[in-house]
Amino acid sequence: MQTILDVKQLTMDFGGLRAIDHVDLDIKQGEIVALIGPNGAGKTTFFNCITGIYKPTGGDVFIAPPDEKPKRINGKKPNQITVAGLARTFQNIRLFANMTVLENVMIGQHCRTHTGILGSIFKGKGVRAEERRVIDYSHMLLKKVGLDQYAHYLAKNLPYANQRRLEIARALATDPFLLLLDEPAAGMNPQETLELDQFITQIREEENVSILLIEHDMRLVMSISDRIFVVDYGKKIAQGTPAEIQNNENVIKAYLGEDIDDA
Amino acid sequence: MVLTFPFVAMKVDSFENIVTWRWDNVLYMGVGCFFISWLWRYLLQRKEFSKSDTTGKKNLIQQTWKDRLFSDPKVFCPVLIAAFCIASVFPFIFSPYQTTIMTTALIYVVLGLGLNIVVGLAGLLDLGYVAFYAVGAYSYALFNYYYGFGFWAILPVGAVLAGLCGVILGVPVLRLRGDYLAIVTLGFGEIIRLVLENWDDVTFGPQGIPNIPKPNFFGLEMDFQTVTLYMYFVVFAMTIFTIVVVRRLNNSRIGRAWIALREDEIACQAMGIDTTKTKLTAFGLGACWAGMMGVFFAAKNSFVNPHSFTFIQSAMILCIVVLGGMGSIIGAILAALILILLPEYLRAFSEYRMLIFGGIMIIMMVFRPEGLISNVRRKYELHEGEKH
Amino acid sequence: MDYFLELFLGGLTRGSIYALIALGYTMVYGVLGLINFAHGEVYMIGAFVGLIVSGFLTVLGWPILAIVVIATMMAMLFAGAYGFTIEKVAYQPLRHAPRLSPLISAIGMSIFLQNYVLLAQSSDFQAFPQLVPEFEFLEPYSHIILSTELVIILAAVVTLIALFLLIKFTKIGKAMRAISQDRQMAMLLGVNVDNVISATFIIGSALAGLGGILVASHVGQINFYIGFIAGIKAFTAAVLGGIGSIPGAALGGLILGWTESFATGYVSSDYEDVFAFGLLVFILVFRPAGILGKVSSEKV
Repeated sequence: MQTILDVKQLTMDFGGLRAIDHVDLDIKQGEIVALIGPNGAGKTTFFNCITGIYKPTGGDVFIAPPDEKPKRINGKKPNQITVAGLARTFQNIRLFANMTVLENVMIGQHCRTHTGILGSIFKGKGVRAEERRVIDYSHMLLKKVGLDQYAHYLAKNLPYANQRRLEIARALATDPFLLLLDEPAAGMNPQETLELDQFITQIREEENVSILLIEHDMRLVMSISDRIFVVDYGKKIAQGTPAEIQNNENVIKAYLGEDIDDA
Repeated sequence: MVLTFPFVAMKVDSFENIVTWRWDNVLYMGVGCFFISWLWRYLLQRKEFSKSDTTGKKNLIQQTWKDRLFSDPKVFCPVLIAAFCIASVFPFIFSPYQTTIMTTALIYVVLGLGLNIVVGLAGLLDLGYVAFYAVGAYSYALFNYYYGFGFWAILPVGAVLAGLCGVILGVPVLRLRGDYLAIVTLGFGEIIRLVLENWDDVTFGPQGIPNIPKPNFFGLEMDFQTVTLYMYFVVFAMTIFTIVVVRRLNNSRIGRAWIALREDEIACQAMGIDTTKTKLTAFGLGACWAGMMGVFFAAKNSFVNPHSFTFIQSAMILCIVVLGGMGSIIGAILAALILILLPEYLRAFSEYRMLIFGGIMIIMMVFRPEGLISNVRRKYELHEGEKH
Repeated sequence: MDYFLELFLGGLTRGSIYALIALGYTMVYGVLGLINFAHGEVYMIGAFVGLIVSGFLTVLGWPILAIVVIATMMAMLFAGAYGFTIEKVAYQPLRHAPRLSPLISAIGMSIFLQNYVLLAQSSDFQAFPQLVPEFEFLEPYSHIILSTELVIILAAVVTLIALFLLIKFTKIGKAMRAISQDRQMAMLLGVNVDNVISATFIIGSALAGLGGILVASHVGQINFYIGFIAGIKAFTAAVLGGIGSIPGAALGGLILGWTESFATGYVSSDYEDVFAFGLLVFILVFRPAGILGKVSSEKV
């Protein structure tokens, strides 16, 4: 299978602090890959480096959209990276609070449409058709994530779990080949987490995307991931299938502390 | 708030003149202040009370009469038509003086709508908006003085020039946020005014440029009354043009990008929107309305000088946007009419009018900080059967 | 050389004034995170109170030293009281409102106060008495520095040091710094936020009042409109140095003062303000947080 994201020796320094230390990571087409690690291990920083919000100090990020040649994307702006086909959600939900649910999704389609200033003013035939297409497509996505009946609510009025779903729908609207989810289950109750499990798998099947997720809920991670990467203090300490990770000594140490062997 | 009272009363004491004692003034002020501070506290209490009352039963979608008024076409269309009719017969009913005031008010409607793009939609706090107004006004004045161009020829030129200035200002301030952006735009506005004031050779400095011709109507000579009427309808047409364009922009792909930018810049960029380009379009498109109105302003007054373009003007236009409700078109129109017409009709209180005006601004903000009319987002309906 | 020195000291004087007023902006911004647009008016009111009190006492025939002291005290007292009232009326009810609302109510307050003074004191320029006596030891240098200028510079230095100590070592100073870091947390730890904010306004405004009376006695005339330009300039100084930082306000004030002074002295007096604003735009574009300000980045 084709490798679609290949991160090589990624390093990120904040002043004297090394938040990410020569981390390698790769994702193959159609995979669900989880990135786990204790709090403050550098997971979100890793996301920010890949999506262009931070500029990495060292290392390379290559992407290879299906049927295209690999290209290096570090140093590019977040919007260019999204256009290239990486879409993300945020750990602390960042919806456009005062726009409707539907509009939030329509924003995702922004980079796939082309209406300019003059087009918006004169509203020609092509422009109207494009609007129509965006609206219908967004409605369809909302239906898929089960938010269709809330389409005209303001995003800030949605319950928490639905806001997370909306973030995913918005990211999907940018038509990505790789979806990056930053703690999608944070703040959800067990029932909602269970639904999320099915939801993520369903997205992979229907939308034909690969998924990289950061998550603390181990049950969720173990049940949906094809492979898992573990980071601690900015360094990669393990990688493998869920079964391998569960029995990896380094991982157990990182999560439970050094003294585990003595006890 | 109880603590405030002694100070409100004490304010008075500081202002007797040294030569003439004005104890009577002190008495009036004392009584007035007591009354006002009492009323103030009462209203504040009521506001607190109503807040705690409504939070419990807040619905997810609030369908108030106002929402219905602006979203339901059955209600909205007649109101619109009525407003249009009133506006078009206005100059025939009222005196030329009233018409002139209304013309000024409509200028501010357009300015408010223009700034609404920058501040209300894109969320970029611009305190130097009047600079673009000045650019428009001076481009007509100067082009006319040196090259003899007419009003209609310069109208688009002024708009484009101001738009360009907007983009040029936009480039260096792209990285700035919030208050810093505000202060740089303020500085920029002042620089433009000071250059106009001091570049005597070209702009004639503080004296300004007189004898700017009014727009002609197929070369007809018009007397004073007809000109007033004509100017009114020109600005009226421009207002409608602006409303249509701004409304379309508001509900377009570009408008959505602006609002997304205002709501959350980082998420906006992460959704694949080029924030640089979006900001620059907002600055440019916002500024070009000011440029257009500047040209009109120069023609209306047949005189420009730098004193028409002070910071207070910028503040005034900003007030229109915020009073009307950020991003709301109808709000901006209403607020512009109120803010311009109110001081005019408060002339009865002559010298007290600006005092009252300042007071109203404070009161509005304290009791209704979200503005007169909050922006209602459009509902996009799904066309069944067209799905793919 | 004398000309240079004259400009240098002139700039220092201006800078000291800007710094005094800028402190108020910076303190309020540090605590509340908003621009107090009515601050310039407080400065203007300080000047007027000084005028009225000193005029009144002169009529009563008090000795000059007593007049200076009392007028200054009264100016600071009244300015502080006005600052307090402004905060209570225009800002406190808006603590949780959208960010632009307090700005608008501040502009409203500014218009209100300007016209209030206009009505009470007419729009004419009013002569301000020479409060500071000529110092004899400065006689030989009178072409370089006036005694008023010396007083202004000294007053500014003393105030700055006092304020710095206040913020650094007193309880209220600590509370202010705590609030500027995290208002919610400070509140949870038992800091009375409202009181601290009021105190900030009072101190900042009193300084503006002091600035007002000093400038007025230096320039020799005042009217209701002086607050506006001074306010904008001082704000420029505050941003220049890095808003929220007290040494920054001082530095920004000085830089602005010198820039204006030298630019008018060597280039052209017409473009004095253009230089001031040009400098501001220039610095902000290349160092958006100001000279001493902290660069803050948003956590994602």
